[in-house]
Amino acid sequence: MEARSYIGVPVRRVEDRRFVTGQGRYTDDIVLPGMLYAWIVRSPHAHARIRAIHTEKARQHPGVVAVFTGKDMLDDGVGSLPTGWQIGSDMKEPPHYALAVDKVRYVGDGVAVVIAETKAAARDAADLVEVDYEELPAVVDAAEALKEGAPLVHDEAPGNLCYVWELGDREATDRALATAHHITKLEFVNQRLIPNAIEPRSAIGHYDPGRDELTLYTSSQNPHLIRLLLSAFVLKVPEHKVRVISPDVGGGFGSKIFHYPEEVICAWSSRKLGRPVKWTAARSESFMSDAHGRDHITTAEMGFDRDGRIVGLRVRTIANLGAYLSTFAPGVPTWLYGTLLAGQYKTPHIHVEVKGVFTNTTPVDAYRGAGRPEATYVVERLVDLAAHEMGIDPAELRRRNFIQPDEFPYQTPVVLQYDSGNYEGALNKVLEMADYEKLRAEQKRAREEGRLIGIGLSCYIEACGLAPSKVAGAIGVRAGLYESAAIRVMPTGKVQVFTGTHSHGQGHETTFAQIVAHELGIPLEDVEVVHGDTAEIPFGMGTYGSRSLATGGSAIYRALEKIKAKARKIAAHKLEVAEEDLEFRNGQFIVKGTDRAIGFGDIALTAYVPHDYPDDLEPGLEENAFYDPANFTFPFGAHLSVVEVDPDTGKVKLLRYLAVDDVGRIINPMIVEGQIHGGVAQGVGQALLEGAVYDRSSGQLLTGSFLDYALPRADDLPSFEVGHQETPCPHNPLGAKGAGEAGTIAATACVVNAVIDALYHLGVRDLPMPLTPERVWRAMRGLPTDGAAS
Amino acid sequence: MKVRVRKVNPVKALFKTGGGVMRHTIQVTVNGQTHQVEVESRMLLVELIRDVLGLTGTHVGCDTSQCGACTVHVNGEAVKSCTMFAVQADGCEITTIEGLAQDGQLHPLQEGFWQEHGLQCGFCTPGIIMAAADLLKRNPNPSEDEIRHALEGNYCRCTGYHNIVRAIQYAAARMRGEAVVPRGEAAPTGAS
Amino acid sequence: MIPQTFAYKKAHTIDEALALLRAHGDDAKLLAGGHSLIPLMKLRLSTPELLIDIGGIRELTEIREQDGRIELGALVTHRMIEFSTLLKQKCPVLPEAAALIGDPQVRNKGTIGGSLAHADPAADYPAVMLALDAEIEATGPDGSRTIAAREFFQGLFTTALRPDEMLTRVRVPAMPPRSGAAYLKFPNPASRYAVVGVAAFVKLAPDDTCAEVRIGITGAAPAAFRATRAEEQLVGRAIDDRTLTAALEDLVDPDDLLSDLAATAEYRAHLCHVLTRRALRQAAERAHS
Repeated sequence: MEARSYIGVPVRRVEDRRFVTGQGRYTDDIVLPGMLYAWIVRSPHAHARIRAIHTEKARQHPGVVAVFTGKDMLDDGVGSLPTGWQIGSDMKEPPHYALAVDKVRYVGDGVAVVIAETKAAARDAADLVEVDYEELPAVVDAAEALKEGAPLVHDEAPGNLCYVWELGDREATDRALATAHHITKLEFVNQRLIPNAIEPRSAIGHYDPGRDELTLYTSSQNPHLIRLLLSAFVLKVPEHKVRVISPDVGGGFGSKIFHYPEEVICAWSSRKLGRPVKWTAARSESFMSDAHGRDHITTAEMGFDRDGRIVGLRVRTIANLGAYLSTFAPGVPTWLYGTLLAGQYKTPHIHVEVKGVFTNTTPVDAYRGAGRPEATYVVERLVDLAAHEMGIDPAELRRRNFIQPDEFPYQTPVVLQYDSGNYEGALNKVLEMADYEKLRAEQKRAREEGRLIGIGLSCYIEACGLAPSKVAGAIGVRAGLYESAAIRVMPTGKVQVFTGTHSHGQGHETTFAQIVAHELGIPLEDVEVVHGDTAEIPFGMGTYGSRSLATGGSAIYRALEKIKAKARKIAAHKLEVAEEDLEFRNGQFIVKGTDRAIGFGDIALTAYVPHDYPDDLEPGLEENAFYDPANFTFPFGAHLSVVEVDPDTGKVKLLRYLAVDDVGRIINPMIVEGQIHGGVAQGVGQALLEGAVYDRSSGQLLTGSFLDYALPRADDLPSFEVGHQETPCPHNPLGAKGAGEAGTIAATACVVNAVIDALYHLGVRDLPMPLTPERVWRAMRGLPTDGAAS
Repeated sequence: MKVRVRKVNPVKALFKTGGGVMRHTIQVTVNGQTHQVEVESRMLLVELIRDVLGLTGTHVGCDTSQCGACTVHVNGEAVKSCTMFAVQADGCEITTIEGLAQDGQLHPLQEGFWQEHGLQCGFCTPGIIMAAADLLKRNPNPSEDEIRHALEGNYCRCTGYHNIVRAIQYAAARMRGEAVVPRGEAAPTGAS
Repeated sequence: MIPQTFAYKKAHTIDEALALLRAHGDDAKLLAGGHSLIPLMKLRLSTPELLIDIGGIRELTEIREQDGRIELGALVTHRMIEFSTLLKQKCPVLPEAAALIGDPQVRNKGTIGGSLAHADPAADYPAVMLALDAEIEATGPDGSRTIAAREFFQGLFTTALRPDEMLTRVRVPAMPPRSGAAYLKFPNPASRYAVVGVAAFVKLAPDDTCAEVRIGITGAAPAAFRATRAEEQLVGRAIDDRTLTAALEDLVDPDDLLSDLAATAEYRAHLCHVLTRRALRQAAERAHS
């Protein structure tokens, strides 16, 4: 009987039994003997000098074991949290201590930690820590921060400027725009978002003095990187004496990539106190202390010739980086943004300039899509608006500009070389699924009845599968971005797979097991995927940038090739034939043209009980591989949404959402669809609901809880209509590109385009996000939207 | 059902605040097992469930009573266990996600979430399953709109709710005794 | 997430609760469903020294019909109201409004008495209470008194309840013939509280003109209020587009309304118009049928 293929099969997830029965094990679920609890005293001010911190009363509170301040940590030699991405040689990199030392720079900046026998005692005593602040003027808006005389966040960064970065040919772009037949210009804010994974961040430091070993449990997407940064840069302890475990993690969306102060605080204080120390964020702390996303102020101009062909694109962006540089912050609004500005189009000239700016706000870093949704928003809003302005159907205008399937590999004017694609194919498919012509007719009819229906498109490209290490090095990433895998075949033929990526919802335990089962011809239940523990996994770069399958999966594939090569040697020996006389099929090595065969299980047993074994071969069957991708991968797709705007209230209802995505070869279609659904929901969230708001004078975060910051709920969204196109990635062995961010990258522009499509005839050409009912209502009436509540 | 009374060691009060603290001995039956526990007035029901009884399938995702990750059943009704003091549950019957499966058989909702890929990171899942169980008790054949409305008290950041709706529809059909075709395939067996 | 310490006592009767209230004064708070109070305590925005749990007072958990009115005990939950067959027959607007409060879990625990006594400016019930001309029964050391809904809501989180009183019952009329009511809500996208909520009650005369009308508006101002100017304009007229436009012309003054992250006063005023118009039409249609 043929072994079943596991590729392209919607296998239900192996990890789900534990999750549906309440047996998932998240960081906060872990209780260690003698564990203490930390509560962090946070700044209520956006900007203030710390004159003094009085901790005596808190120390005396019953149950309190210790109170530490930033100075205590500094005096003990604890270093600053480093950033992992350098933008240019002039980038300003002020220190970021786990607890503030001289000044607090945003509301929520930690100033002290209270450690006690119970959570409640730590919380109670935190109210007794007295901090003497000298309040300073604060600046929260990045454009304001660049102005002369703005409050200075860091002495090291004059004018609050962290860096200026540019990409593309300035002169050529200026020339192209100067002679363009039509120019579409937009000035807009891509608003700040708060990621809000539903599991709040949590960390446990556990120092074992007997072995001089430190274990950090942390809700991280990236355990090896945390170990490296914590040991080599912050605590300065040997890397091999630090173990980082990321158990089940309740969603990340980027916000759990980074090395956070609380990880340092728990790890360091556990060493000081000799007992485990746990910290878990309350949601209101998450709002203040999880890295935020987006926050760009952009002016963009796109020029067209008479036929609607794009001749040039000029983009100026001010990126708010927050008060400190988070781990990957500098790279997000630069290399992950500017390089995607060609989108799916043959734009001959592009020039982008980005200013990275410090403000008195929570640090900003990668959030689902990270730079690419912002780039897609620029390109897709401009193209769509241009279509309206030039009176061309938005689908048609896109068609006139698509890179054609026979033009790959395609070199864009902004560094990237796209590997493969069929952009028009995806657009045609989504238009067909939606019955575009009929939709347009319905829209027309509805308008005659006074109903406002809008149809929006978004054709996106992303660069995923982070990343070729040479390229990473060239663009300032202070790390390689390869991935590792280890395959351990046990004597009974059962297999453990160790991956340096981390699953926090993506289903790696299933997808990776499918690859292994497929390649080895063994049952899926014989494969166990291990992730999230630096003591078990050789090395890893974690999960973000839709990299896990393309990069981590490819590393697994390479390790499998080594396993199969060695197994073949063993099989040849056992069957007494030459290796090339064997074929591997259905989990067996078969002597070609015969029925002589040896099963994978027998080979595994032979490897560990090598009584009858090749002389020149090591026993055992276990292989490592590191895979460094040759290029980024370039998933793409076309999305279409239909909205209805209530003409009385301005409320937008999302009626339909259709997506056609090409994420390369699909291992598990059910999981891929789930990734698209979730991505779309977050992109819709940015378009219609979400946005962080700071008070401009006090610097207080006004959207500091779910009472004021709206996440999409079930009744905010329709069911999604999802289609696929499969163009395999030509340069990795799986042909996979990545699916995690696609939905988010496409959806925001898609929905905004739909709303503008509904309102353009009323004179509305742009709206600030989120498109709240009040803003839409104001725009319909010709009132300024900046006076609106957000 | 056989009820076994087990004395749980309460979290010891390691401090005293002059007279303000009041402690109470309460009796709760959780997933069929009766416990006598001493609790501080301010202990939330979710803290009793997680920290004292060690049932960590019930999660805490917010501090403003909105995310619904902590949803359990108290006397058969879905309740946010972060918005109820443990002492208020004195004498109550509580069911958590750990108590939903019967005799090793998954509840149809647990099966539905698994088959229809109704979860990703799994953190909101127990709360959503408990909320959905309350819905299906009242409305065995809910429409998609009714399901979405009934999930107003639960946030999921991973799934976009699409497959959660499918999972609940799957469970509803199963509970009505109808045949269902699952989306997900059980791990297929390999080479024979 | 962790409230300050407090003492907790369970009251089994109204008298017990009142005695505890009297003994502890401002330091004590009544705890019913807890869905207004506990969230505030967790953020330490409310720090009572004593909680008096009235959740076990059985006599306050009933819905019953008496003398043409429906009486609801203070501890009746939103969920009981939402699914009450009696209310669905006699006063359907109340179950309709209850179904829009919070979410199912909140409705399972939250009580009508707790919600009314808390007097959140964005709560749903106050609009309905005003439109129905409900009576609120307060019980204190000297016995019970009845407060008209119009007198009850006095300001932001402020009611006509005295410190030594507790809200014990609510009475709403059974809908008379040729009358209808509706509650429409424009929810805050984050909290789902009402940015504006409008309840309208309409009773038609035999000639289909408006015999009696009440409009209750919540969410818009620091306290729920009756739109009396508009009501006066409507009485004696047929509820049609022209009448509505004229009557709602100065429905509210934006200067009296709240401005916050969710909506400016200007937009709230507009929403008051839109929802009032829609609610009146719906109420009138129901009165017809």
